[in-house]
Amino acid sequence: MASRTFVAARLPGFSTIAIAVFIALYLPIAMLMIYSFNAGDSIAIWDGFSFQWYERAWENDKVKEVTIRSLIIAASAASISTVAATMAALATTRKKPFRGQTGIYVAINQPLMVPEIVTAVALLIFFASVKVATGYQGLGYLILAHSAFCVPFAYLPIRARLEGMNLTLETAAADLYATPWRTFRYVTLPILAPGIVAGMMLAFVTSLDDVVITLFVKSAGQDTLPTYLLAQIRRQVTGEVNAISTVLLALTVILLTTFFLLTRKRS
Amino acid sequence: MSSDDALIEIVDVTKAFGAGERRFLALGGVNATIRKGEFFTLLGPSGCGKTTLLRLIAGFELPSSGEIRLDGQEIGHLPPFRRPVNTVFQNYALFPHMTVAQNIAFGLEMLGKPKAEIAATVERMLTLVKMTELAGRRTDQLSGGQQQRVALARALAPQPKLLLLDEPLSALDLKLRKEMQVELKRIQHETGITFIFVTHDQEEALTMSDRIAVMSRGQILQIGTPREIYAHPTNRFVADFIGETNFLRAAVKGGRAVLGPGVELPLAAGTADGEVTLAIRPEHIRLVPEGAAGALSATVGDATYFGTDSHVHLTLADGTGIVARQQTDPEGTQGPQAGAVLGVTFPPSAVQVLED
Repeated sequence: MASRTFVAARLPGFSTIAIAVFIALYLPIAMLMIYSFNAGDSIAIWDGFSFQWYERAWENDKVKEVTIRSLIIAASAASISTVAATMAALATTRKKPFRGQTGIYVAINQPLMVPEIVTAVALLIFFASVKVATGYQGLGYLILAHSAFCVPFAYLPIRARLEGMNLTLETAAADLYATPWRTFRYVTLPILAPGIVAGMMLAFVTSLDDVVITLFVKSAGQDTLPTYLLAQIRRQVTGEVNAISTVLLALTVILLTTFFLLTRKRS
Repeated sequence: MSSDDALIEIVDVTKAFGAGERRFLALGGVNATIRKGEFFTLLGPSGCGKTTLLRLIAGFELPSSGEIRLDGQEIGHLPPFRRPVNTVFQNYALFPHMTVAQNIAFGLEMLGKPKAEIAATVERMLTLVKMTELAGRRTDQLSGGQQQRVALARALAPQPKLLLLDEPLSALDLKLRKEMQVELKRIQHETGITFIFVTHDQEEALTMSDRIAVMSRGQILQIGTPREIYAHPTNRFVADFIGETNFLRAAVKGGRAVLGPGVELPLAAGTADGEVTLAIRPEHIRLVPEGAAGALSATVGDATYFGTDSHVHLTLADGTGIVARQQTDPEGTQGPQAGAVLGVTFPPSAVQVLED
């Protein structure tokens, strides 16, 4: 007896499409990972297993330099944006709904909606005039730019955590002689912590992965790992790119798995 | 009005929420004095202002006007963390990131007590609420009744002058609620702390309280011991809210209430001529043969048998419906039949004249 309710999984061709989509999603990544262990020079012909590309990438000073730069930018941007996002989340959930609140949500989440290329061009023009005015050429511009577009990624999990928190807990802390600051320090912040860590990791991954804004904002000699990989591919594709990408993928998967574990509801 | 044994004095307190068109007066001029060591209950239906009054005493809300005095000191304007008053919340509000012992220690730590003293007090509180074995548990691993005990221990640990309980038993099932009612009384006796207890459950209020304040629509209608409130309600709301009551209208002539031909009751001296409402509890109504001296004539409607007693519904000559509670007699005699005409009497002392 067929059920009358609509079940997408029973539509004709559902499993075919599902399999095709998964192949399209994961086959290229699988290929990339497999060929990172290729013993030969080609990225299309399998020549046996080796760690040579990992060794070459590890010994490549340029790779080391851009990786360290990427990590510095991602760590700084994640920290700055998480602090800003935490304050924003507290301000938008710990008050009675006020006029213009929707406007503030939109303003905070703007980087999710405005095309990245627009933000990139705008930052390029803005920072160009700042560079002329101050003469400063350092990493600060990249860190600031990354911090700005990472805010919504940090904001969303923190806000979700705050909204799920029982407000009576803060009242109870005040009742038990905790001043507002101590209530925040000993009750709100510890309960919020998983959300903050999750937001920070999401911001870190987002920054680590950015190409468009980085390309526009960086000064000469400020390649990050993604822009370096892009430049390498333009010259000659070697297994080194596969190896670096695989490591990056592994790092991201670890961070996102932790994020998932932190944000999932307790049973 | 300040007396030596007064702990809390609530003087002309009002509380309004919102402004302009949407202004809502949650409390309209409330006065009460709560004595040291008392189990004082705020009783009323939801929305009567009892929780608002509790929140004003705790400091979670500030009064719109009036004074709240603790030991003679005005505290109405102080933030909650400066008041020696602790609260047991309706949903317990235990800190989920702390163990049972850490929850109980929280208030003491915020007060900056020495570590040894905190440890000793936590130990004492755990014993008081019989939770010693579960000291290291996380609070989300506890049952409702256990959470209730932790919430109580946490609020008692700083030894407040006053403990506020906001419908703390409403989330528990009946059996556990009865058990906790006994526990609460025991703990209050052992600690000697003054309790202000909020409930909408009249039975809970009658069985647990030293005194009850009955509230309705932002006003305290009557304050008294459970016996006073039940036996001598001063107005219709109190009489109706606590237990079952019959209301009879009577004409007042020359200081006597006239209920019917030959049925008169003496009233308090100085009662002006006009009409009054009388309240009579169903258990005080006696059924006698029709035409007996001083009896009102009534027609029997249906009767409900409850085992220990029956509730007989009657209609008086003027159409007023009343209920008489008849104790089941040892012979198990059948009660009055529907449609029978009987006489209804009650002792004058069972009649309450209501101000309304």
